[in-house]
Amino acid sequence: MASQKEVLIDPIFNNNPIALQVLGICSALAVTINMSTTLVMCIAVIFVTTMSNLAVSLVRNRVPTNIRIIVQMTIISSLVIVVDQVLQAVAYDISKSLSVFVGLIITNCIVMGRAEAFAMQNGPWLSALDGFGNAVGYSVILIGVALIREPLGSGTLMGFEIIPTVANGGWYVPNGLLLLAPSAFFIIGLFIWAIRAWKTDQVEAPEYEIAPNAQYKEAI
Amino acid sequence: MAKLDKDSLGNTFFIAIFLCLVCSVIVSGMAVALKPIQKLNKELDQKKNILRAAGLLASNATESDDGKTIEQLFAEFTVRAVDLDTGEYVDGVDLQAYDPIKAAGDATRSISLSSDEDIATLRRRENVSLVYIKTNGAGVEKLVIPVRGYGLWGTLYGYLALDGDLSTISGLGFYSHKETPGLGGEVDNPKWKKRWQGVRLYDDLGDPSVRLVKQRSPSNSSAASYEVDALSGATFTTRGVENLVNFWSGELGFGPYIQKLKINGVAQG
Repeated sequence: MASQKEVLIDPIFNNNPIALQVLGICSALAVTINMSTTLVMCIAVIFVTTMSNLAVSLVRNRVPTNIRIIVQMTIISSLVIVVDQVLQAVAYDISKSLSVFVGLIITNCIVMGRAEAFAMQNGPWLSALDGFGNAVGYSVILIGVALIREPLGSGTLMGFEIIPTVANGGWYVPNGLLLLAPSAFFIIGLFIWAIRAWKTDQVEAPEYEIAPNAQYKEAI
Repeated sequence: MAKLDKDSLGNTFFIAIFLCLVCSVIVSGMAVALKPIQKLNKELDQKKNILRAAGLLASNATESDDGKTIEQLFAEFTVRAVDLDTGEYVDGVDLQAYDPIKAAGDATRSISLSSDEDIATLRRRENVSLVYIKTNGAGVEKLVIPVRGYGLWGTLYGYLALDGDLSTISGLGFYSHKETPGLGGEVDNPKWKKRWQGVRLYDDLGDPSVRLVKQRSPSNSSAASYEVDALSGATFTTRGVENLVNFWSGELGFGPYIQKLKINGVAQG
C-alpha cells in the first residue's frame, strides 16, 4: 500500500500524468495560450479529479463491475457540469474564453484514468490525495507551457504586457507559432525530454533494436 | 455482515437509479440556484460590449472615467426594435428577451439572402433587430447597431457605433469571434479599433463605402476618409470586417432605418 506522501508527490515529477503517461494532452494544447485561462482550467481539473476520486472511492464496494465505467462517467460529468455552472456565475469572461474546454474535462483521460486505476481499489482519503496529486502534476505542466506560450506568443503574462511588442510600439515581434496548438506539442515534448534526462529511470526500454547494416560479402 | 452480492441484478439497478437521482439533484440544483447570477452576467456582458463599441468604456474597465457604472452608462441608452426592411420601429417586442441572432435562424422571422446580396455570408437575415440610441436634448448622440459576418474561421459578432450625424463611425468592437490569435484576432487590438473613430460610413450617394486598405490614399483626398488600415497577415478577416460593416449599414441592414432617423430625428416613429 502506497504511503500518503508518495501518492501525493509522485504524480508531480516521478509519475506525471502528462510527461510520463502522456494523458490529458488535448486540453493542454487548447487552454495554454494565456495564463489566466490556464490557471482556471487547472483549478477546475484539480477540483474535478479530487472530488471524482473521492466519490468513486466511496461507492467502490457497491458498484457492480459491469456498469462501473458508466458510474464513473456519471459522477465525473456531474462534477464538470457543476464547475461549468459555477464558472458561468462567478467568472463569466474566463468561462467564455474557456468555452467548450470546461465541458471537455469529462473526457480528460486523467480524471477517468485515476478513477478507474486508483479510486476503485483504494480508500477515500488516499484516493482524494491521489486525484489531487495527479491534477497538480497536470497543472505544473500546463502552467509551464503557458509560461512559455503567453510571453513569447503575445508579449503578455496574465494579460499584462511584459515584453513590449511591435504592434504596441515596442521591439518584440511575437512568435505566431506559439499561439497555435502545435507549439504546445513541441513544448511538452521538450519537457518530457528534460524530465527524462533528469530522472533516467523514466526512459523506456527500446521496443526493438535496429540491426547493423548487412554486409554484402558475396558481392565483393 | 453478510457479503453483499454487488453484481446482482437488483443491486445493479439500485446503484444505477440511486446514482442518477443523486447526480441529477446536484446538477439541477446548481443550475437553478446559479441561473439568476448567470443571466445577470450575460446581460452585463452585452451592455459592456455595447458601451465599448460606443467608446464610452475602456476595454478592460468596469466603469467610465468619470466613475459611472455600466448600469448607469447603459441607462442613458434607449433600446428599440426596428423592422429592417421598412426601417420603422416595431412595438410589442420583448426587448429583454428578443434575440436577433436566434430570429435569423427561424424561417418565419427572417429572409433568405441570395449570394449577391449576402456579402457578409449570413445566409439568413432577421426581419427585426435591435438598436441602441443615446440621445441628448437636440437629437441622437450615438447609435449602436449589432453587426455580424463571416471572417476566416467563423462568424464575428460585434457592435458598430455611429456618431450623432449618423454617417461617421464612432467605434467598432467584436465580442465573439474565432479568428487566429495574433493575426485576425487583432480585431480586438484597442489601437486598431481606435482607427475606426471618425471614419466616414456613407458616401455622397448614401451608400456604405468603408474600405479596409493596405495602402492609404493621400490624407487630403476624399477617399482617405472612408479608409481604415487592413490587418496585416489577416486578409480574410479584413475582408470579412469590411463586408459586414457595409452589409449592416446598407440597404439590407440598418440602411433604411438610418435614413429615416436622419430625416425624422429620434422623436418620430
